[in-house]
Amino acid sequence: MKRFLIAFALAATLVSAETFVIQNATVWTMAKGKFTGSVVVKDGKIDQVGEKVMVPQGARIIDAGGQHLIPGIIDAHSHIAAEAINEGSVSVSSMASIDDVLNPEDIAIYRALAGGVTTANILHGSANSIGGQTVITKLRWGTDAKTMLFEGGRPGIKFALGENPKRAGNAAVNVGGGGRQPRYPATRMGVEDVIRQAFIDAREYQRTWEDYKAKLSRGERVVEPKRDLKLEPLVEILEGRRDVHAHCYRADEILMLLRVADEFGFKIRTLQHVLEGYKVAKEIAAHGAGASTFSDWWSYKVEAFDAIPYNAAIMHKKGVLVSLNSDSAELMRHLNTEAAKVMKYGGVTEEEALAMVTINPARQLRIENRVGSIEPGKDADLVLYDKNPLSNYTKVQKVWIDGKMYFDREKDLSERAVKEARKKGLLEKEKASAPVQKKDGAAPRRGGPAE
Amino acid sequence: MQKILSLLLLGCGLLLAQPPSGIAIRNARIVTGSGPILQKGTVVLRNGLIDAVGENVTIPADAWIINGEGMTVYPGLIDALSTVGITDPAAAASPAGAIRGAAGTPTATTPAPVSRGPEDRPLTTSWLKAADLINTADRRIESARNHGFTSAIAWPKKGIFAGQGAVINLAGDKSADMIIVPATGQYLALVNGGFGAGYPASLMGSISYIRQIYADADRYARIKKQYAENPRGLIRPEYDRALEGVLESNRILLPANRRVEITRMIAFSKELKRPTVLYGLQEGYLSADALQAANLPLLVNLKWPEKAREMDPEYIESLKTLDVRDKAPTTPAELAKKGVKFAFYADGIDQPLDVIKAVRKAMQNGLSEADALKALTIAPAEIFGFADRLGSIEKGKIANLVVTKGGIFDEKPSIQHVFIDGVKYDPAPDSQTPAATGARTTGGKEQEQQ
Repeated sequence: MKRFLIAFALAATLVSAETFVIQNATVWTMAKGKFTGSVVVKDGKIDQVGEKVMVPQGARIIDAGGQHLIPGIIDAHSHIAAEAINEGSVSVSSMASIDDVLNPEDIAIYRALAGGVTTANILHGSANSIGGQTVITKLRWGTDAKTMLFEGGRPGIKFALGENPKRAGNAAVNVGGGGRQPRYPATRMGVEDVIRQAFIDAREYQRTWEDYKAKLSRGERVVEPKRDLKLEPLVEILEGRRDVHAHCYRADEILMLLRVADEFGFKIRTLQHVLEGYKVAKEIAAHGAGASTFSDWWSYKVEAFDAIPYNAAIMHKKGVLVSLNSDSAELMRHLNTEAAKVMKYGGVTEEEALAMVTINPARQLRIENRVGSIEPGKDADLVLYDKNPLSNYTKVQKVWIDGKMYFDREKDLSERAVKEARKKGLLEKEKASAPVQKKDGAAPRRGGPAE
Repeated sequence: MQKILSLLLLGCGLLLAQPPSGIAIRNARIVTGSGPILQKGTVVLRNGLIDAVGENVTIPADAWIINGEGMTVYPGLIDALSTVGITDPAAAASPAGAIRGAAGTPTATTPAPVSRGPEDRPLTTSWLKAADLINTADRRIESARNHGFTSAIAWPKKGIFAGQGAVINLAGDKSADMIIVPATGQYLALVNGGFGAGYPASLMGSISYIRQIYADADRYARIKKQYAENPRGLIRPEYDRALEGVLESNRILLPANRRVEITRMIAFSKELKRPTVLYGLQEGYLSADALQAANLPLLVNLKWPEKAREMDPEYIESLKTLDVRDKAPTTPAELAKKGVKFAFYADGIDQPLDVIKAVRKAMQNGLSEADALKALTIAPAEIFGFADRLGSIEKGKIANLVVTKGGIFDEKPSIQHVFIDGVKYDPAPDSQTPAATGARTTGGKEQEQQ
């Protein structure tokens, strides 16, 4: 009982920013190496980092002796916390936006927090050559959709190449089957055509509006053109105001997309999955695209067969900015050990490995000035592990976002009995108030419209 | 011109049919809904309107008298979001997920064309008006009336932009007699055709579609104005009935049942810049502060969440599900506490008696009887702008009344008379059980016409 009381007291202070010091931890800064010392958090920001720090008056001291502190993990590719993933009806669905369907109540958010993730890029699905708009979120569990948005996060969009976008074009392998009309495209050539045509349309749209505004400023009488919410995000891409995150697998389609982007004068910000990236790492690096891949997840479809566990390490060594993502609510909970696999397959250092789920995805998402490393002035998004974060045996103990605690293992464990008791209470209450079965057992007659 | 003529004719008809007598209900307890309860009062009805109400009302010599001793008079109940009277398949709601393709009524042999984008105006019948669709033969009209419902706001409910609702009285020989307000706003639902059925196929697709429609509608209004001012040298705006329907609507209804949806639709309403009424609100108790701040009128669905009838007995539901089922009926009380304006509706409850049962559940969860009555009378009238005609017992308002023995929200309410437009309807003695019929008897307008 006493334990419950303590848990409640803790719960009250769980989500409120305070000044505190984490002492004696092994701190993985992801900027200036690793050391044993302290991190001071003030007003939701990292205030001081070092072996010796000035402890502010009244600061709470957390002794993390023997434990490891890392910057919050960043997942560059997730589909949690959304009530819709694919607007699969059309092959260009850039008018749809994940922003409109964020679900801050998805339990996967809490589970990802328990795996040390503090920031996630929530992407539209891969059913379309040009998919919907994406949003970067902080996993501020218990708040609302707007509060979850990463402040000033750059707008993004999902592209997809290969089997997924062309599948809907092929009636024989149509997912769901049954009478659906095939949707163009049905081949990789078609995917390229759809993307190219979309940008031709976007340029035309851009010109139409420029032309209209010019005529208007000359005082001419003109009819206002139609706004097209599908083409506006593509114009933003052309103008460098929206980042492209492109789902891809095969080397040939990767090169195709880089060429199309070059043709229209924009950059692909990240290639997602990119399992054959090792074959064209030099070209990816030359374009300046980042790569966000899996450690050893493949062979789930034909285009994902020619994959190797050395992919991340090879791309990294060729100068590509590499991150590891989850694309799955389950994998999202152990991205730290996914990173560790790159040490075994490719021989990167501990810190290079951990960078692939912290500072590297931060750079890919252009949020590295705020998150991804433990440095003074950055957001206090921190994860405390009981052991080396790259170990199979490590467990997340505490997770802070903006200096507020969003996950506490002790609290979680102690609250389970309370929740179980509440649930039992509700079930019993419902049982007690359930209507008594009617004697004749006849179903009530139903009224309805007259026929 | 024709309209004016028919109005004139109607006027003449009324004049000819003017009853020499009114109806007076005397010595009754009168819950006016606009002031204090009159313990022993009289209400006089004449020409379908309330002629007088009070404790010291002189009863006209020619009035029929109903002895209200031991009875209570209430304003007639109003269901704020109903499909009563609408039986047309073009406007009736399909079960969730069953809507396929674009607007219209696809048959088995000719599937609707797959919509390729907003330009195909999928799932849109914004031009439909409930007022044009009322079928007087719908048995639900009488069934609702027998339980004290004298009016409803009937809505087409098929698709994303379903059409405009109408305030109707639940009695009339022809639908034109029933209409009080012919157009009360556009009913929107966030439905989609599902994966593979054409655009939109997802929740975010539906939202993006609505956003595009309003962008189009705003432009359409501007270019039509520009063209009307001086058409010379301009390409004429292409007629778009979907946008006409949207522009004609003076308010929109947006679905917001769960907390997530409530937050989302409050933001969407601000973005669309249209007067908005939210409907659903079963998790309103979780969002009471946000709803108070948003200050949007609300329609609360009385169909409280229930345990699924056929469920794996081994399956244990989540704490959240159990919690919502337990707390949803506290929503009305929470909203009342915050002073948020809300009306009730009974969407999905087949039996009118179950509607009263659902109201009782809200009362057992903290809602006062006065607030419950408000949510079924004056609140919907205020929300949809017809409180000058209906919603309370006041001189000059339409004579829609319910006369009961005992309280209207009693476990077994005993409804004696129902007045609609001053015409008395007496539910048959056994009619307050499901699917029974009532009889229109004597009095007022109808009698005069004979």
